[in-house]
Amino acid sequence: MELETLLLSRIQFAANISFHILFPTITIALGWVLLFFKLRYNRTGEERWMEAYRFWVKIFALSFAMGVVSGITMSFQFGTNWPGFMEKVGNIAGPLLAYEIMTAFFLEAVFLGIMLFGFSRVPNWVHTLATFLVAFGTMMSAFWIIVLNSWMHTPQGFEMIDGVAHATDWSAIIFNPSMPYRFTHMVLASFLTVSFLIAGVSAFRWLIGGRTEGVRVAMKSAIVAAALLIPVQILVGDFHGLNTKEYQPAKVAAMEGNWETSTGVPLILFAIPDEEARENRFEIGIPKLASFILTHDWNGEVQGLNDFVSEDGEVLHPRVSPVFWSFRVMVGTGLLMLLVSWSATYTIMRRKRGVEGLPKPMLYALVGMSFSGWLATLAGWYTTEIGRQPWLVQGVMTTKEAVADVPAPMVLTTLIAYLVVYAGLLTAYIFVIFYLARKTSRGEDIGTQIAPSPAAAPKAMPAE
Amino acid sequence: MNYFGDPTIWLPFVFAALMGVSILIYVILDGFDLGVGVLFPFANNDEKDKMIASIGPFWDANETWLVLAVGLLLVAFPSAHGAILTALYLPVAIMLIGLILRGVAFEFRAKAPAPHKRLWNNAFFAGSLMTSLSQGFMLGMYVMGLEWTLANVGFAILTAVFLTVGYSFIGATWIIHKTSARLQAKAVEWAKGGIWGLVLGIGAISLATPFVSTRIFDKWFSWPEALYLSPLPILSAVLVGWLWSMLRKMPYAEDRRSWQPFAGATALWVMAFGGMAYSFYPYVVPEQITIYEAASAPESLFIILIGTCIVLPTIMGYTILSYVIFRGKATELRYD
Repeated sequence: MELETLLLSRIQFAANISFHILFPTITIALGWVLLFFKLRYNRTGEERWMEAYRFWVKIFALSFAMGVVSGITMSFQFGTNWPGFMEKVGNIAGPLLAYEIMTAFFLEAVFLGIMLFGFSRVPNWVHTLATFLVAFGTMMSAFWIIVLNSWMHTPQGFEMIDGVAHATDWSAIIFNPSMPYRFTHMVLASFLTVSFLIAGVSAFRWLIGGRTEGVRVAMKSAIVAAALLIPVQILVGDFHGLNTKEYQPAKVAAMEGNWETSTGVPLILFAIPDEEARENRFEIGIPKLASFILTHDWNGEVQGLNDFVSEDGEVLHPRVSPVFWSFRVMVGTGLLMLLVSWSATYTIMRRKRGVEGLPKPMLYALVGMSFSGWLATLAGWYTTEIGRQPWLVQGVMTTKEAVADVPAPMVLTTLIAYLVVYAGLLTAYIFVIFYLARKTSRGEDIGTQIAPSPAAAPKAMPAE
Repeated sequence: MNYFGDPTIWLPFVFAALMGVSILIYVILDGFDLGVGVLFPFANNDEKDKMIASIGPFWDANETWLVLAVGLLLVAFPSAHGAILTALYLPVAIMLIGLILRGVAFEFRAKAPAPHKRLWNNAFFAGSLMTSLSQGFMLGMYVMGLEWTLANVGFAILTAVFLTVGYSFIGATWIIHKTSARLQAKAVEWAKGGIWGLVLGIGAISLATPFVSTRIFDKWFSWPEALYLSPLPILSAVLVGWLWSMLRKMPYAEDRRSWQPFAGATALWVMAFGGMAYSFYPYVVPEQITIYEAASAPESLFIILIGTCIVLPTIMGYTILSYVIFRGKATELRYD
């Protein structure tokens, strides 16, 4: 019974966080993109930048609402499903979460109202400032939550007194060893997700005939941004991997599918890890490359998974297959992003015709990759989070220790309810994005949030 | 750190007060916009748009006070946070799904194709209702000491209904202030209907509370404590009388006093909340865990307090700013 509760609680948390992370992944970067559009408009006075702003601010509002509501769910689940977590490390997690709420949530929530509906009510500079504050607040929110998450991976700056963590050094807690890598990696992931989303939706609008100036500038900005950022992301990802190898070698061993500690380890491209036999089947690898990437020495020693089995047979490394595969999905998606964004940028630059020069197959490829950022982010998230198991806080507490003693059927009931709601909302979200794209391409006004119905002619409402 | 006496005494008290203020601000602010959602089925389509427009720029920030209140519970009293939320596992889940449906409905109803709008209107109503009912249910269970017995659940169902009616009352007073003409007249009728729910709800909790706990009973009915407490029921009764006489004559010429029902409703919430806070102090889990037992380590609380002293006034400041920017009657919400 207890085990079922643990498994179901883990699935429920995984479902919640997977759903939640999709939307901050968009809003973190989209806030700054909107600020960019707004600043371009302020400087040039060209209506096309405002057109791009007006379209994407709607996607922002929608994504923001989805992120807020699923984020509230997360904050409650600490208490409903994982009370052990706060009881043991609450002295550290608490202040970090409190700072997130106080410095980020209110800032975003209040200025979002002004950003969305205040354009005609406040001076232009206040509206620009509100856009900045929303972008800044979203970034702050990401910062605090990643500080906490990173601390759970690489905890430091605390001491244990009677089984409860007490902070001893806040700067060590905040600037924990994996935080800079994780934060940079996540922010870049957000910018790439947004770049491909804007490029994809703009390509869609372009294909169905909505070839306005606003679509043109948005698409070009997005493609060029993606091309510039993807190599940076690959580099940062590599540094992040080296950092993980230092602090969480079991995770890296699972990512690589490497069972035995040895030198000159090959980079495995494909394999089916077999947990029972503790070996890989159908392994295809490049000799010595993993050693070179991880140690920068062709014959460097890399720790294997068998090092993380205790003498009495307890397995202290994560399950291999999900980590191994999600890592490959992330890297594969990243390489595809590199290919598509570079060839699209090359086409735009070479023919000097801007986005007019993009051939149809390339536009279709961009549409197809609209949500590639989500795929890569989720895969990366699974790699790092499943890779942490069985630890919840590395070396401090296991996931099992934190779970609430709630009856399994109750967890199952709420899990099913969440899954139904999430599936419905995700469908609606993607549908509405493309619906708005079609609608603007037909030249219809989507400037109104509350569209008056035909019956409500101004005369019928003397109150106005 | 020892400037103000023993920090293990005053820090938990300060955080309990901060949490109380957050909950109070939450039930007033999200109370009125949840109430607007509960009243949704009674309005026609144009009125629905007006009602949404009256809360559109505010609801998100209003809801954030709930996150702050639960966040403060989480950070300041972690063991109480776990005890309360695991005891209320199911109503919390219902509330969360309600908040999800409602929060996204704001966006979707405005952006989805016209035929889908009805669906999202229903989601907005259902979400608001689920949230209000489950919050009322949790309030009842909390008053009863978080024990799942048949009698307690029955009481909690009662408070669920009363809180929902109470929210719709403050929601109606908000609409009175933010709209005019027919919708305003309708809202006056809603408020007249809703005030009784509020009176019954406050009454039910006031009657039940002292009988659940002898400690609270003694606190209420002993001299001179009863004297300190007496302004609450007296003022509440006066407020209800004032609200009732005002609502009967509304609307006044040239829209005078349209903000007063909302102010009166807010004052009534403050009274009710003050009474509850007075009764339950110093417990955070009724009759089980006091704020002093549940408090986090002083060094962690101190870190948060420093930030709070700077940030909270700032938050208050820009919250007021946004209410000033969007003051006056609700108009069509436009992105440009």
